[in-house]
Amino acid sequence: MSAAIESATDSESPLLTVRGLTTAFPAGGGELRVVDGVDLELRRGETFALVGESGCGKSMTAFSILRLLPAGARLDGEVRLDGADLLALPEAAMRRVRGRRIAMIFQEPMTSLNPVLTVGRQIQEVLERHLGLRGRVARERILELLAEVGIPDPGKRIDEYPHQLSGGMKQRVMIAMALAGEPELLIADEPTTALDVTIQAQVLRLLQRLQRERGMALLLITHDLGVVAQMADRVAVMYAGQVVEEARREDFLRHRRHPYTRRLFQALPEARRRGQPLATIPGSVPSRFDRIPGCRFAERCDIAQPLCRERAPELLPVAGQRVRCFAVDPRFAARFPSPPALDVATEAVPGSRQQAATPLLEVSGLKVHFPIRRGLLKREVGRVYAVDGVDMAIAAGRTLALVGESGCGKTTVGKAILQLIRPTAGSVRFDDTELTTLKGEALRRRRRELQLVFQDPFSSMNPRMRVEEIVAEGLIAQKMVRDRRERRERVAELLRQVGLRPEVMDRYPHEFSGGQRQRICIARALAVSPRLIVCDEPTSALDVSVQAQILNLLAELQREMGLAYLFITHNLSVVGYLAHEVAVMYLGRVVEQGPAEAVLADPRHPYTQALVSAVPRVEEGGREVIRLEGDPPSPIAPPPGCHFAPRCPWAEARCQEAYPPVTALGEGRWVRCFLYGD
Amino acid sequence: MLSFFASRLLATGVVLFGVTVLVFALIHLIPGDPVEIMLGESARAADREALRAALGLDRPLWVQLGDYLAGLARGDLGQSLHYRQPIMEILLERLPATVELAAAALLVAVVIAFPLGALAAMYRDSIWDRLAMGFSLAGVSIPNFWMGPLLILVFSLWLGWFPVSGREGPASLVLPALTLGTALAAILARMLRSALLEVLSEDYIRTARAKGLADREVLWRHALRNAALPVITVLGLQLGTLLGGAVITETVFSWPGVGLLTLEAIQQRDYPLVQACVLLISFAYVAVNTATDVVYAWVDPRIRLGEG
Repeated sequence: MSAAIESATDSESPLLTVRGLTTAFPAGGGELRVVDGVDLELRRGETFALVGESGCGKSMTAFSILRLLPAGARLDGEVRLDGADLLALPEAAMRRVRGRRIAMIFQEPMTSLNPVLTVGRQIQEVLERHLGLRGRVARERILELLAEVGIPDPGKRIDEYPHQLSGGMKQRVMIAMALAGEPELLIADEPTTALDVTIQAQVLRLLQRLQRERGMALLLITHDLGVVAQMADRVAVMYAGQVVEEARREDFLRHRRHPYTRRLFQALPEARRRGQPLATIPGSVPSRFDRIPGCRFAERCDIAQPLCRERAPELLPVAGQRVRCFAVDPRFAARFPSPPALDVATEAVPGSRQQAATPLLEVSGLKVHFPIRRGLLKREVGRVYAVDGVDMAIAAGRTLALVGESGCGKTTVGKAILQLIRPTAGSVRFDDTELTTLKGEALRRRRRELQLVFQDPFSSMNPRMRVEEIVAEGLIAQKMVRDRRERRERVAELLRQVGLRPEVMDRYPHEFSGGQRQRICIARALAVSPRLIVCDEPTSALDVSVQAQILNLLAELQREMGLAYLFITHNLSVVGYLAHEVAVMYLGRVVEQGPAEAVLADPRHPYTQALVSAVPRVEEGGREVIRLEGDPPSPIAPPPGCHFAPRCPWAEARCQEAYPPVTALGEGRWVRCFLYGD
Repeated sequence: MLSFFASRLLATGVVLFGVTVLVFALIHLIPGDPVEIMLGESARAADREALRAALGLDRPLWVQLGDYLAGLARGDLGQSLHYRQPIMEILLERLPATVELAAAALLVAVVIAFPLGALAAMYRDSIWDRLAMGFSLAGVSIPNFWMGPLLILVFSLWLGWFPVSGREGPASLVLPALTLGTALAAILARMLRSALLEVLSEDYIRTARAKGLADREVLWRHALRNAALPVITVLGLQLGTLLGGAVITETVFSWPGVGLLTLEAIQQRDYPLVQACVLLISFAYVAVNTATDVVYAWVDPRIRLGEG
């Protein structure tokens, strides 16, 4: 296998060679090497994936290749493009490389386009700068590019501003801009992380097609192992500024040789891991990792030996892969326990199948409409049908996942249940009390039993309050503690419950990592002894290994305290792992509902089918991806009949006439689609 | 864009009407008898009655307001007590001086502030940054009543380059414009620097650099226009103040503008004239603010076209 790689390398010189790349920033009197001796090789037309969790140096590696670093950064090593060392080029010559020979697209299409310039103008800059195209010729070319990346009606879009486009469209514009200079290498830094899964599928497909047609090399930076499995020819895993494993995709998926990579895969929430705790990586990435004498992963590694802490391992060739670990080194392998059995699927623990008891929360006919007001008199000129008729029920100790893409109304459902937004119509019954008519003190008392955990643990805590104050706020508001001593005792207990040391209560939120902050948020919710917690994308902002920790914690708390969760998410893998029931939302309505395992294994509604098939998965296999074109329509003017009909591959005439009624499928499942009627 | 204009203009009209009513009420807000205050206690009863009739104070309030508004529509602001001539004439005579000074000061401010702010932001923490911010601090801290005489001392009395005071030819404009302009430049440079620093760390600046644009192009095409938004706000507010007449600077340089006129009118208890000056200052403010909104919309398509 290694011979195959060798010969391929010989027959064709690589397009990009990175040798000993080191990027350092001044930090605390010295330097922090965020990228530390990275070697990479990209061939023409190849997709090379750079994988790792946040802070591992993968984006910094990309910025270093383009020399797009903030002032004060120091760059060392070699970056050769077709033999010429980019790090040695004068800045003016480097500018002829950027956008021309190497182009880059970024994670956040929302903020990566200039809001005050038209889309056409921003693409034109590249044509002007690198190809000398101006005027009509340039405009023709821009229209061609927009059409090439699949933007409908380019003649209209060319003169629009970024805020007039959807997220997926903006990323297409970014891609068109990158293609304008006809680059040999495209660097894509988490190009689909900010997008919904069906839009992600569109953009990934587009990148694949463009790369094939143009023979362009693609350096794909991602944290999503599913995207790697779907896109990459070769893969490198980064940890703490270094490459720890490099392999061809097939080898990478079959033999994960570095303990870190192995752990990463085990931390993925998947349906087949239901009922068992996810593997987590203890601790977090050390902050001054460049000063560690031994292996940087040693202190979090489950097979680390004394040797690992004394000496730093080299990147060693192993059967066509390269791995930075003593355990694969024949000289030392004997000192390590035999490699743990490959991550084999285990039977799901029964018990998740237990019959649902009487519901704790019952929602029926829930509607939330927001009036749109215009003009001096603020007349109501229309409505946003954010939530338009939702029914659901959750029993104590159960998890209902509410799934859907951004803008479908799932967060609004959560807020309406908590009465943070008053519903326009419908009923929300909690423990046989109608919440929608509850007011003042009565509502405030009831709120104790319903709590909320937010998506972004960075912005959902007041940065000027100490952890103790944050956690104790509910205790005080609900008069659940008598004095300060009792309060501190209760907060300490809560912090222990979520896996934090009680001493941290005197610190401020900024001193914690994302995962720790989310634990504090969970402690805050638990403080008032709730019975139902609405979790709004609680792990979306976290890395895979940290996500696993939080999911384990939530599952444990549910077992111990019989909590009910309404788990709002767009991540179907998390649903499969954690949820008992699932409700799939599209444009304000639930289109399919039922036991999570059954719905995910055999989705019936065409939208659920598309959603499930669009998730990039690690397992190989000929899976048919159901392609959805276009963006979801606006909730201001939902399409007549079934809202999904305009994008549905099976839509018939009657779909446009009426919204399909509920069709029961047995075993607590139902769907709203004419395919299953009569 | 058109509907945006229309709604702005409508709002402006409402504000102007409100301002007019308030200014009209001004003369009735003077504690005691306004006529007595204007003429002094020793005035004869007949004179008081004559003045009361001349001002129309003997008629019902709503009739007075109607007259005032009707007069305003005709461009008639009444007679000045001191100058014994129509107020409109006096204002039209003084207004060009103020507009001229405001425009010159604005020019000075922008010419100084933009390079200074941009330099400071682009070379953050360098010697350029420190020099620019040092100048800015000085500009903000030095009051105009000290800056003005200092400039007169150096450039008029010692060097003899510019006239000491008055308004005769372009040379006489230089010192007052510098006095007002440097103070304004100091604020603007500081605003621009902080706005630019924020914009320069935005993702789309990185995108622009990744396209292969030079720093200069990135600054001109991508950063400045976005950074201009907060600066325009401050500029609008300051320009409103300038158009209302810079009282201190106009006094120091005996510049025959609206500011000086207002001061004189107050000293001479020429209430109809004070009323008119206040009205003019308010109108200038409102007009400049409306203009600011329009410029805003022109610079930022998100305002012009509505958030998508």
